[in-house]
Amino acid sequence: MKVLWLQAAGCGGCTMSLLCAENPNVFELLSGAGISFLWHPAISLESGAEVRALLEAVERGEVALDVLAIEGSIERGPRGTGRFQMLSGTGRSMLDWVVSLAPRAHHVVAVGTCATYGGITSAGGNPSDAVGVQYDGAHPGGALSAEFRSLSGLPVINVAGCPTHPGWVTETLMLLAAGALGAADLDALGRPLFYAQHLVHHGCPKNEFYEYKASAEALSELGCMMEHLGCVGTQAVGDCNIRPWNGEGSCTRGGYPCINCTAPEFEEPRHPFTETPKIAGIPVGLPSDMPKAWFMALASLSKAATPERIARNAVAPRVEVTPTIRKPKGRR
Amino acid sequence: MSEGARLVVGPFNRVEGDLEVHLDLAGGRVARAQVNAPLYRGFERMLEGKDPRDALTITPRICGICSISQSMAAARALGAAMGLVPTPQGAGVAALIHAVENAADHLLHFNLFFMADFTRPCYAAQPWYGRVVERFTAAEGGAVRAAVEARARLMHILGLMAGKWPHTLALQPGGVTRTPGARDKLRIEASLRAFRRYLEEVMFGGPLEEFVALGNPDALARWERGDVGLFFRIAEDTGLAALGRGAGRYLSFGAYPLAEGAGHAFASGIWQAGQLAPLETGSISEDLSHAWMLGATAHPYAGVTRPDEAMREGAYSWCKAPRLSAQPVEVGALARQVIDGHPLARALVGPDGLGGGVLARVAGRLLELARTQIVMERLAADIDPTARFITQGRLPDEGQGAGLVEAARGALGHWLRIEGGKIASYQIIAPTTWNFSPRDGAGVPGPLEAALVGVPVAEGEATPVAVQHVVRSFDPCMVCTVH
Repeated sequence: MKVLWLQAAGCGGCTMSLLCAENPNVFELLSGAGISFLWHPAISLESGAEVRALLEAVERGEVALDVLAIEGSIERGPRGTGRFQMLSGTGRSMLDWVVSLAPRAHHVVAVGTCATYGGITSAGGNPSDAVGVQYDGAHPGGALSAEFRSLSGLPVINVAGCPTHPGWVTETLMLLAAGALGAADLDALGRPLFYAQHLVHHGCPKNEFYEYKASAEALSELGCMMEHLGCVGTQAVGDCNIRPWNGEGSCTRGGYPCINCTAPEFEEPRHPFTETPKIAGIPVGLPSDMPKAWFMALASLSKAATPERIARNAVAPRVEVTPTIRKPKGRR
Repeated sequence: MSEGARLVVGPFNRVEGDLEVHLDLAGGRVARAQVNAPLYRGFERMLEGKDPRDALTITPRICGICSISQSMAAARALGAAMGLVPTPQGAGVAALIHAVENAADHLLHFNLFFMADFTRPCYAAQPWYGRVVERFTAAEGGAVRAAVEARARLMHILGLMAGKWPHTLALQPGGVTRTPGARDKLRIEASLRAFRRYLEEVMFGGPLEEFVALGNPDALARWERGDVGLFFRIAEDTGLAALGRGAGRYLSFGAYPLAEGAGHAFASGIWQAGQLAPLETGSISEDLSHAWMLGATAHPYAGVTRPDEAMREGAYSWCKAPRLSAQPVEVGALARQVIDGHPLARALVGPDGLGGGVLARVAGRLLELARTQIVMERLAADIDPTARFITQGRLPDEGQGAGLVEAARGALGHWLRIEGGKIASYQIIAPTTWNFSPRDGAGVPGPLEAALVGVPVAEGEATPVAVQHVVRSFDPCMVCTVH
């Protein structure tokens, strides 16, 4: 399976993250699964005229396009021309190329939240009029229409994340190469369920603090960051705390909140990223699938029942009170 | 090749982001070059009106390769506006996190971005061709695969201390969000030992201390070990020392601040006409004459970002033209090492006041990679797991601050103004904004544009290989350039 990878309007961080794949390294992992790059802007030898010739051949249908992978959002500005990003050397906008190449592709994969939904490139007033490949924020229809289907019959596969975990990208590509990723394997926003069926909350090392609503008040403190510091790990999809990042990391393990970077419109939370919005002192935003009355009742009960160890550790940068050791009964 | 021929080179890959180079040719050489950064996203505009703390989430996402440098600059700019400095131990861990990214970038540049060009068939007659193909073929070469593995392992330090890479929120104005314990310190040191082993066994082929003790280009040329030795052999055979020489004006904001008042691990300053001068940031300005940007030449505290949607004739890039005292300057690892006074770097740029070329830029980066390993080991050894790693402060309703750091590719500055508790203005000058700037109002070309003049172009070359060597020797980051 050959992948043509284009970098649209983004930071290149999803490629940089991809290169962090381990066991085995990214090149062995992909080649072992029969995957190679038709061209990749950070990896391939070909430059300039060689690439133009390849793109033109793909466009004419002379070179098969197994997968078109797009990283970065698609800019429509200024004034609908797409000229805020010209694909260099071609005199044509990236918007024009993506619209032209996508119907030739067996699969189209949007890599990262810029490519999936617009992402950070569409933050603020969206100065470049950026959209995702098949979504504009949470709304279907981006650079490609909501009805678009690639030759495989699938919509654009949305590997969202800012950045994407190397496992999300490599495993999506390997599943496609194995013919093992169908429409039923994607969630309602086109994200592969193998990572989007989990919440960032799952496996978060702050879970015990969450259970008692024992909250950190400032960044670096050990407590749960939901109440004060803007953490939305209980609502964000991703297996970030199940399979770690870069060895043993994740945002919450690093001492800072989950900002829901796998979701459409995460870039505009309408409050400072590291501060939880509140109404009358009560945080806005509930954990996914939790009835509000239950949450309120459980929160007040568990807060009242918080053990000393958890209350003290929640506002400390390192464990101050260790778990009580109970001696086993029946032995001397 | 006909006189007056023109070439447009693009898509220009193995640079980070989008780059298009226009060349006018005469007599088999580049007579004039224009460098176009063809992507505008408008980060400075996105930030206006936001809570100043949001810069810590948004600015790292300017760039997936210099993400931590952007975090550092934002944290420093906020800290300056708040009157807050990190705790000493927080500053040390932040410097370590930053150094890991820079080392990883240098590694990636040499092994994935730069060396691949010598595997092109045009070099097939060279005695080293078989070896370079074996080591540096894209995605397949032994050096390429060893490099991504070593890089991924080194980045375990970032998983541990920064949560993930890229795009961390671990770097804050008052320090870092994760407090390392004794076992974390040992893990960091173990990762650094593994990285040193890789550098010494694979890349340099010898002790790093021996490499950093090299004092002149002759000694460098005699370093035959490791993949680095292969490069020096190639550089000698292909004349990379004389190719793409710069103007000899260098700038560094200083990398890795040491304890209060002790300066930087790599010094700040300005180098021109063979002389060192102290850094003076008041004389920085951005000229918009050849950029698709509207507004007057201004210091970044007063600068604006208003894209010229008509993309007027006469302008040719979204990149502004930063100038220091109205002159272009080159930034990067070579600049840092020259300004820091390393004898090899000083010798590479030559006593004639001229700047270094392709060899000097790449060798400067390799020298810095070896020295950065030693800096990282010291920063790790200095971690005190009982200390405080962060302190909190308050954001002012009105204020301003600058965050000046060194990304792998050179000087990165953020200039922030706060009014009514919100961001009133946020201006960024990235390393490649300096290096790949367009012409200014006086018609003076940017550093790459000047370095390309005189570069040979062989008959029939549509994407001239020597031009590629010169461009990639700067290690451009185009996503940072316009931002």
